[in-house]
Amino acid sequence: MSTLEADVGGLAPAWTGAHRWKRIRHFVGSHPLFVIGLTVFLVIVVAALAAPWIATHDPLAIKFSEKLQAPSAEHYLGTDSMGRDIFSRVLYGARTSLMVGVVVVGLAIGIGLPMGLLAAYFGGRIDTTMMRIADVFLAFPPLLLPIAITAAIGAGLFHAMVALAISWFPWYARIMRSSVLRVKSELYVSAARAMGVNHTNVMIRHAVPNALTPVVVQGSLDFGYVILAAASLSFIGIGAQPPDIEWGLMAAAERAKFLDFPWTVLCPGLAIFVTVLAVNLVGDGIRDLLDPKHQEFK
Amino acid sequence: MSEEVLAIRDLRIEFPELFRTVEAVRGADLSVRRGEIMGLVGESGCGKSMTAMACLGLVPPPGRVSGHVSVDGFEVVGRPDRELLPVRGGLAAMIFQNPGKALNPFFTIGRQLTDVIRLHHRHGERESREVALEALRSVHLPDPEIALGRYPHQLSGGQLQRAMIAMALACEPKVLIADEPTTALDVTIQAQVIVLLRELADARGLTILFITHDLGVVGSLCDRVSVMYAGRVVEVGSVRDVLESPAHPYTRKLLATVPKLGDGHSELAFIPGQVPDMAFPPSGCAFHPRCERASPVCTKSDPDGRDLGAMHRVACHHAHGGGETEAPGTANGAPAR
Repeated sequence: MSTLEADVGGLAPAWTGAHRWKRIRHFVGSHPLFVIGLTVFLVIVVAALAAPWIATHDPLAIKFSEKLQAPSAEHYLGTDSMGRDIFSRVLYGARTSLMVGVVVVGLAIGIGLPMGLLAAYFGGRIDTTMMRIADVFLAFPPLLLPIAITAAIGAGLFHAMVALAISWFPWYARIMRSSVLRVKSELYVSAARAMGVNHTNVMIRHAVPNALTPVVVQGSLDFGYVILAAASLSFIGIGAQPPDIEWGLMAAAERAKFLDFPWTVLCPGLAIFVTVLAVNLVGDGIRDLLDPKHQEFK
Repeated sequence: MSEEVLAIRDLRIEFPELFRTVEAVRGADLSVRRGEIMGLVGESGCGKSMTAMACLGLVPPPGRVSGHVSVDGFEVVGRPDRELLPVRGGLAAMIFQNPGKALNPFFTIGRQLTDVIRLHHRHGERESREVALEALRSVHLPDPEIALGRYPHQLSGGQLQRAMIAMALACEPKVLIADEPTTALDVTIQAQVIVLLRELADARGLTILFITHDLGVVGSLCDRVSVMYAGRVVEVGSVRDVLESPAHPYTRKLLATVPKLGDGHSELAFIPGQVPDMAFPPSGCAFHPRCERASPVCTKSDPDGRDLGAMHRVACHHAHGGGETEAPGTANGAPAR
């Protein structure tokens, strides 16, 4: 059989380190917005994690003698109407917003993904049941449902997060369902079944990893929307409650003084803007990365 | 040599639809003995692949299966999924037309191989890796250690089909069901895979059910061949008998459609008409609307199989008598070879 082996040809060694670097450099050059967004996002994450060390003041310390001061060397972003340092509060607020993004998207995927997976994999009655449940939640306008839920179960950051997750999970169920439907007809699923792999393992090993891409993309894009939605809920008073430090809440508390003391509202507002923008740029980049077909021709 | 490893008796597979029922397989019989390579040929949609899926109890819902399929003495039809899991991969394994799509792109070859091995044996990590390496060596995949760490997209079609065969054989099944394994490969790779399958059958006594529509491949690989038409096996016999003296008119026409090198621009032969709609198969012999030998009896009764020679059976009212004396039909006349 020696001739046979010669015909098949050997396997070339894997990439070298230098090759990998070249690819990374090329990637940065061709996706500048993704790299900018990712950098800003990482700065925000680091700032949130290191808030206790970066903050110049205690974000909760009330000092009426220093209220509504303009930005200065002492208070980088000024103080609010209770004399609290806005710079420190914006830093701590990043913790809240990032936590909200992670928890809400995580919960929504945690509920939606198994539903979509089971619905698509088994089809029939299970499919109908799962998808009609999801449809019920999709029947409400996006922000109205969380408002109604928090109104019913009580205001508060945790309740707002649960409410947001409930209104968001149907999207993940639907995305996962359509993705699994595509994967289910792939030959490797039949091949795995023919090798004696049971349904559970086919789902976990074959369906989930190969169907995950659109869910990851949607999750990274939703991360920004969720932060925005949570800030909106806090702004209208049914999300975070004092003494929670939350950007939407900060803006709401000072909104009456906006024209005279604009920094009190602008700073948390800009924080929301920059964070959501950065997250969306990252989300777009991840989509391009994972779905090469979506990229524009370069 | 006479031991039956794969036996299919009166297999029927139906797919109920809203207003009709599609009969994909209508009483197929097939018997493959140990160490034998049985070819299963027929046009697309004649029930070849469904027959193969039925061997592993993998007919997709809402398909209804009846009849008998026994793999190494194990009756497959009517078993629940749980009891069939050890059969799949353990007693009978399957390889597919497109090796590039039959492997999960998410995991390395090694991971997929060891997963399958550990599914059927209580091997540790290192042990299953050894078995995987051995399996890759036995299919002559070069640099098996490197291949273990590769993802499917990093290998060529021929290498993937070898890896696929290695995976199928890693748990030492008795039967290998090959569903058009060479169709997606180019001819030189195709030849290598055929040589490999022949070698495996000879060396290990592996029984192979080789599904194809390529009669050339059948001639170079198989011991016996079954011809399927409209869900039934219409002719079965040794490759020599069937290819050299086909008895069923359908087999003759199928053989006539094989293009021959060196014939110049002769007109390509084809079989007039089309494969019948299996929701409403023709009465009597399913082939009669396309058959030039058809007579009134063909429209009324479906012929049973009858023996022509020692191992040559045909299901036809007007079978060509062994092929020596009788002239083939002339109406649509490509001569049989």
